[in-house]
Amino acid sequence: MDLMKYSKAFALAAILALVAGCGGGAATQPTDEEEVTAEEVQTSDEDSAETAGAAEEEAANAEAMAEEEAVAIPEVMTIYFDFDKSNIRSEFYEDLNAHAAYLQANPDSKVVLEGHADERGTREYNMALGERRGNSVQRYLSLQGVASEQMEVVSYGEERLAVRNASTPEQHAQNRRVELIY
Amino acid sequence: MILKPRKLFWWLALLLLAMSFNAQANLTIRITQGSDKATPIALVPFAWRGSGALPEDVTRIIADNLERTGLFAPVPRENLVSLPSEASEVIYRDWRLLDVNYLLVGSIEEEADQLRINYELFDVVNQERIFGETVTAKRSQLRSRAHFVSDRVYERLTGQRGIFSTRMAYVTAEQLSGRADYQFRLHVADADGQRSRTILTSREPLLSPDWSPDGKKLAYVSFERGRPAIYIQEVATGSRYQLTNFRGLNGAPAWSPDGKKLAMTLSRDGNPEIYIYHLEEKRLIRVTHHYAIDTEPSWSPDGKNIIFTSSRSGGPQIYRVNLQSGNIDRLSFEGNYNARARYSPDGKEIFMVHRESGGGLFSIAGLNMDTGRLRTLTTSPLDESPSVAPNGSMVIYALMQGDQGVLGVVSTDGRIQYELPAERGDVREPAWSPFLN
Repeated sequence: MDLMKYSKAFALAAILALVAGCGGGAATQPTDEEEVTAEEVQTSDEDSAETAGAAEEEAANAEAMAEEEAVAIPEVMTIYFDFDKSNIRSEFYEDLNAHAAYLQANPDSKVVLEGHADERGTREYNMALGERRGNSVQRYLSLQGVASEQMEVVSYGEERLAVRNASTPEQHAQNRRVELIY
Repeated sequence: MILKPRKLFWWLALLLLAMSFNAQANLTIRITQGSDKATPIALVPFAWRGSGALPEDVTRIIADNLERTGLFAPVPRENLVSLPSEASEVIYRDWRLLDVNYLLVGSIEEEADQLRINYELFDVVNQERIFGETVTAKRSQLRSRAHFVSDRVYERLTGQRGIFSTRMAYVTAEQLSGRADYQFRLHVADADGQRSRTILTSREPLLSPDWSPDGKKLAYVSFERGRPAIYIQEVATGSRYQLTNFRGLNGAPAWSPDGKKLAMTLSRDGNPEIYIYHLEEKRLIRVTHHYAIDTEPSWSPDGKNIIFTSSRSGGPQIYRVNLQSGNIDRLSFEGNYNARARYSPDGKEIFMVHRESGGGLFSIAGLNMDTGRLRTLTTSPLDESPSVAPNGSMVIYALMQGDQGVLGVVSTDGRIQYELPAERGDVREPAWSPFLN
């Protein structure tokens, strides 16, 4: 059982690295931003492997204890992305792990992953970008063991902004998001 | 899956949509950059020989049309030295003193329930009558006839077809009470923003309208069923059906020049790719195969190529796929964001959303297909959705004017710019119709 647990974690790390690679595109000369992202993913893969292991231990503990503890929908319902990027930033792994745990504990529950973009750039490109962000989250959750029937991705592109008429980088950042809607 | 129109008929009845043909929400025109190289022309108000008042100021409509091209500078009415209505009353010397190159005079006569518009165009410099003709109209058609006369005059003087009888489609989004509570409307209006009518209303996003080459139908994306889908709607009757219902993205519809095919973006195979749907044969063909984003297809005027936006090099850039060979080449190299390109009608230039390397503005730029030279046409920060007029003289696009989304028009020679704001709500996603007459 332990072996299974760790091989799963390693597979997860490998696939995450691959996913991150895809998100960054196939640029021959990666920009600084992309390099930073790659490093982030590198370090955070170890984290997530640990968290994944920890989460399973916790899940096992939880099973032994009352069922109630795993059933609360996690508080963080929105995760954010960099401009023109769809890779998941390491700071959101923990939040997504909590969603994964919830969905696994509640196999009848369903989540819609709504992908969004900021209003810069073109609408249809942003529609595609929003879908890629939704797909990133879906892939992450399914690697954590969430059944694919429990998830659906819908992209709204820049059609449903969280902050209208955003002008600062921080406001734009609020719009580049995936909302987990139960 | 591609949906069959007949099976879908019952859906039409179920849609929570209101069709309204009389909702007036015209766009007003604000010229933001005039041209100092425009040719002076005098338009004498056409003499009215009939009862009551005319519903339209025909000469004003023609003058405004000509001025908006940036090629002509109509003389203000108060400066007119005399008010001739036909050739026998024209004294060239008077008009030469006024420094005008051309003169348009005419009259409108009432005859039973018809109006006869007689008009004549003169070359003041060479002192000769260029042409004249008579057109008839019902009172309700006066505005259309004014656009028709504008087209005739423009074509005589420039050698290029006029676009005054064309129309445009656009989307408005009006925020209602809540943050995510919007009313989306799809409109069709004259090229001057007047006679706007709403052809579709929805609480869910509407985007990417594209005219069929015969000008009779619009394809667009609607989220009305909670997921994006491509619809086709007849403009005159409002009759519509859902064309696609694939899993994932159903977006960026683009009619082929022969009107038989629709290019589109679908992510049914896991990734946004360009597809072509043959409307008659009901056959779907996948065009691109790449793990990056491929979207925003647009046909070359000869129908042999499709240009599209792809992130295969990292950020969005414009690519071209040859539909016969399947070869793909990259067209845009300047700037770190180039997207949603549209061909000029002669195929020599493409117009797209462009951002310089190092960030900055999203502007509308033209890219010459022969020389690769790029020229930026607009300077506001968030310009998008360029659509080229069928004679290639103007590009309509969407921009942010303060907190309001408005439409802007820029001539492809950069001479003139004007804006078309709505009374309320954001205006976006303009699509210039083909020639309609």
